[in-house]
Amino acid sequence: MIRSTGDAFLHELNKDAETLRLSYGNSLGDKIIADIYKNAEQITKNVILIDNNKKNWTLKLDNYLTSKVFGYPFMLLVLGIILWITISGANIPSDILASALFGLQEVVSRGFLSLGAPAWLHGVLVLGVFNSVAWVVSVMLPPMAIFFPLFTLLEDLGYLPRVAFNLDNLFKKAKTCGKQSLTMCMGFGCNAAGVVACRIIDSPRERLIAILTNNFVPCNGRFPILIAIGTIFGVGALASQLQALAVTGIITGVIMIGVFVTFAVSWFLSRSVLKGEASSMVLELPPYRRPKIVSVVYRSIIDRTIFVLKRAVIVAAPAGGIIWIVANTYIGEISILNHLAGWLNPFAQTIGMDGYILLAFILGLPANEIVFPILIMSYISSGTMIELESLAELQMLFINHGWTWLTAANVMLFTLLHWPCGTTLITTRKETGSKKWTLAAFIIPTTVAFTVCFILTQTVRLLGLA
Amino acid sequence: MNVGHKKLLREHFGIKAKSDQYIIALAGNPNVGKSTVFNALTGLRQHTGNWPGKTVDNAQGSFSYQNIDFLMVDLPGTYSILTNTVEEEIARDFICFAIPDVTIVVLDATSLERNLNIALQVMEITPKVIVCVNLMDEAQKNRIVLDLPGLEKELGVPVIGTSARQGIGLDKLKEVLYLAVKEQMSFHPRQLQYSQEVEKAIEQLLPKIEQFGLSEYLNPRWLALRLLDSDQMLTRKVCAYLSANSEGDIYKEVSMAL
Repeated sequence: MIRSTGDAFLHELNKDAETLRLSYGNSLGDKIIADIYKNAEQITKNVILIDNNKKNWTLKLDNYLTSKVFGYPFMLLVLGIILWITISGANIPSDILASALFGLQEVVSRGFLSLGAPAWLHGVLVLGVFNSVAWVVSVMLPPMAIFFPLFTLLEDLGYLPRVAFNLDNLFKKAKTCGKQSLTMCMGFGCNAAGVVACRIIDSPRERLIAILTNNFVPCNGRFPILIAIGTIFGVGALASQLQALAVTGIITGVIMIGVFVTFAVSWFLSRSVLKGEASSMVLELPPYRRPKIVSVVYRSIIDRTIFVLKRAVIVAAPAGGIIWIVANTYIGEISILNHLAGWLNPFAQTIGMDGYILLAFILGLPANEIVFPILIMSYISSGTMIELESLAELQMLFINHGWTWLTAANVMLFTLLHWPCGTTLITTRKETGSKKWTLAAFIIPTTVAFTVCFILTQTVRLLGLA
Repeated sequence: MNVGHKKLLREHFGIKAKSDQYIIALAGNPNVGKSTVFNALTGLRQHTGNWPGKTVDNAQGSFSYQNIDFLMVDLPGTYSILTNTVEEEIARDFICFAIPDVTIVVLDATSLERNLNIALQVMEITPKVIVCVNLMDEAQKNRIVLDLPGLEKELGVPVIGTSARQGIGLDKLKEVLYLAVKEQMSFHPRQLQYSQEVEKAIEQLLPKIEQFGLSEYLNPRWLALRLLDSDQMLTRKVCAYLSANSEGDIYKEVSMAL
């Protein structure tokens, strides 16, 4: 009986339902769910006689923290506060560490000289290895040591699932899975870890999108670059309190751009090469917990800060040596470093940077942590020798090499958007099992970075602003 | 239970029921002690595996009460049966198409409001629902007092309070189950009330569905709601399962339709 009425009727029924559904503005699904909840609420009101449950304050708090009105502003506020504490807190220890380490460098230098060591050995070991390690430690350690405990604290409080809940809607609009917000948060720690975390996404299509876009949140290798450049170039003339606030605004803005690009690229991918509908996720919001301070500090300092720093130093030490050699080996009149930088320079100029910067990003492929030290090293060894003991002198170094606010903006954007580090690429290869998608994970961010910087630079130059 | 239906149960849901066994589905949110209830009732007479073709666990167990044999099927723990996830789809399909004799919905007494959602949704599909309000001990600890007789009146189906970990209330549950399959208990499940706009849309779609001649198998209102919620797969499934049920050749039909 049913078979004979069969397919034609079925098709018609589906079509009618579809027309009807669309005539109600495609909102019936949400209304139905809202109505079910209303029924449950009504019944509950009638049958709960006494409720002194402590769970309730979690519920009440969630009503605000995940509400349509307060959800996003609160998220921004929390991000801003964390960044502000990091930025205003990192400055002083950064300066102290820098002057201590470079003071030590002088002592070591003198030691080398008094022992009669050859100049090249002193160059490689002290000016190369020691110098770049000192930069990594003094620029990266303080912001990490402040940012990670704060971020871990947020995790421990149970706020991250609320972030995922808030962002779910946006991801659904990009036709991807809401769990992507969790892998995005993981990316703040380390993009390789973020890519691995994408395993929690069930649909292969959505997992791939999450993997390909994970790079657009700054990992802790790139975060300090943003903070350092933001601090150096943020605002010269303002009073120091205002300065921290302004830098916070800049960094928050940069992160927002990263999140926006994540959505934009996801949106584009799920409408082009990775077409498909969003699948839903079920997210249970755990109760808020009192964070265990000791374990937060331990986990963030030992597991993250020291781990990341170790990785950075391991990569930075040999890289520092190599850079020194490259900068001091001459072919003809010009060093290899200058050859390379000169060769990259015309292209780098079109995106508002210079050859040294682009070279630093390229050499930083093994680990983003060393981009900044490489840059400083190449600037120092390319002629303008100055004593660097604080961020203020760093600013001088950059300005001497022709940096403007546009250069700083481009470097920050490029840092945010450019290709993933080697570890992340290897992880992507493992997770996707495909050379093609690994290549895409490299090409997509690279294209985005070049395009954004190119447009910004050309627009600003056209308008004569810099 | 006709031959076609038995075959459907076996081949599509992996349920091997003897012909005199009543099939009981166990639904509810995750972490409400559903498995505790399941274990307490079935003891060691359990069979575990996967749902056919899915990577979701399936547990079935048997028990007897007053010389009546029951086969209890533990559905995946879900917050709703609106088929957002594979688990929800399995739970929904089982209640909807395997047509269990009784469905028990286990609720968490400490968060009744959230838990009621799934109970109300199940009651929309099948009338024979028993609501088991579990974790009554936890509720007491958290100083929550519930009016269970009041809830029974609100819902129109039997409501039993249990603390499955202590084994409290389970005898009562079995007794009600027995009465339910013996047709000695009446069920008037409360139907969800929707806002005007939704009701209007249902009304517009209902005539079409009734033409289809499905009303004796499925609540047409419910089917209308799912279609309005853009569940396009459902109509195909309805046809596949119902023809499998009547003709008994499930593989051919399902593979043709899906």
